[in-house]
Amino acid sequence: MTEKNIREIINKHLTKIAPEADLGELPENANIREELDIDSYDFLQFLIAINEEIGIEIPEADYGKLSTIEGIIRYLSARMG
Amino acid sequence: MAEFCMPSLGADMKAATLIEWKVKPGDFIKRGDIIAVVEADKGIIEIEVFEEGVVDKIIVPEGKNVPVGTVLAIISSMKEPSETKEEKIVEGQVIEKKETALKLEPEKVLVQEKPVPPLPEVLEGKKHFKVSPLARKLAEELNIDVSTIQGSGADGIINRADVEKAAKERELKKKIPVTEKAKMPKEVEYQAGMRRAIAAAMSRSNRDIPHYYLETRIDMTRALQWLEAENQKRSIKERLLPAVLLLKAVARALKDVPGLNGYWIDERHQMKDEIHIGFAISLRQGGLVVPAIHNVDKKSIDELMAAMSDLIARTRAGRLRSSEMTDATVTVTSLGDLGVETVYGVIYPPQVALVGFGRISEMPWAENGMLGIRRILSATLAADHRATDGNRGAQFLGSMKRYLQEVSML
Repeated sequence: MTEKNIREIINKHLTKIAPEADLGELPENANIREELDIDSYDFLQFLIAINEEIGIEIPEADYGKLSTIEGIIRYLSARMG
Repeated sequence: MAEFCMPSLGADMKAATLIEWKVKPGDFIKRGDIIAVVEADKGIIEIEVFEEGVVDKIIVPEGKNVPVGTVLAIISSMKEPSETKEEKIVEGQVIEKKETALKLEPEKVLVQEKPVPPLPEVLEGKKHFKVSPLARKLAEELNIDVSTIQGSGADGIINRADVEKAAKERELKKKIPVTEKAKMPKEVEYQAGMRRAIAAAMSRSNRDIPHYYLETRIDMTRALQWLEAENQKRSIKERLLPAVLLLKAVARALKDVPGLNGYWIDERHQMKDEIHIGFAISLRQGGLVVPAIHNVDKKSIDELMAAMSDLIARTRAGRLRSSEMTDATVTVTSLGDLGVETVYGVIYPPQVALVGFGRISEMPWAENGMLGIRRILSATLAADHRATDGNRGAQFLGSMKRYLQEVSML
């Protein structure tokens, strides 16, 4: 899976949670929970959706690494080999 | 024979639109069945029925907006079968219909003991405003809120002419914005409705409820360590959120200090045995809804997580049930996700307490002569001073704190 694919998956699931957001305008290093007003419940749903689609298990201790778009891409790419 | 009326889905609701009937004449219904779907200011709500019987007659058609209390349908009890039902039996159709009705998703059956609590808003209207019986009847027919009318009779009593005048004024007002309203997107209109509903409930709360506020800081370190260890064992789908521990601690503490669980209605404190926690859920488009999680004290941590997730998902999708909108006995609002440290809440009438949670953050913390870094939560209680005093409130916060320090007690 390329970085572009991962990004598409991320965007798809973020759009479900924050349909009004313009993800194209969202800086790669912005904290998505703050920028998109995502609460802990929605964030968990987002990670569940990513997990279901890509099949990578994300331990709770790693949530902090998944706070930005670039962080999520880096994290997932590294685990997909 | 019973009349099935438009329920009040909160102290602030005056009317709603019947969107869909889930039953038809001749259908068998039982307690907890969802029989209609209505659209109120707070969204789309599924209406449950609290008796068993057969739908005799549908009175209000789909698409019609009617005030709270309007008879929507007539239900015959099983003991006194209606003529309609007998006719249907002759036609040999009723059995088939009974089966369809019984297939209505059984998980939606409720534990609720009583029908919708009394309508404080309506009672209040009758108390504060002197209205002649004829004027009251007319106001009800025309769906005019008497509290908005200035009485011209003796002692300021509102008479028939006043109501007629108010009706005329309303018509005139309506004529101007109608075109504007037509231009208004549905979303904006819905938002305005929700805003008005929140405004009405909160103004009433601030006007009528003498709030007192208490705050305490709770060391959440051990509770969160327990949660993290638990989550490590679980797949992502089964993980727990800290909010579940907070809800459970509130329920346990309310068992210890029951005075904060219930209502203030008719100048009287009514404590409740059931603990239905209204959980404030914000909506992306703005506004918030506070549906109830039923019997929190009786749910395990896992059941509570499932109930909370289900409720948040349905609230955000706009699919709530009538009992969830009406029977919360206390409210919990958690704003920690937004970085707020302390919440000073406004009680949702007729409830008598609101528990607020802020952010859990690392802080220097001194205990037993030792200084360390602990994860600290600020918890507040806003309570109705007519129903309880600060001492009771302090006992509640103290009890909640104990439960959160010792998770095994939850």
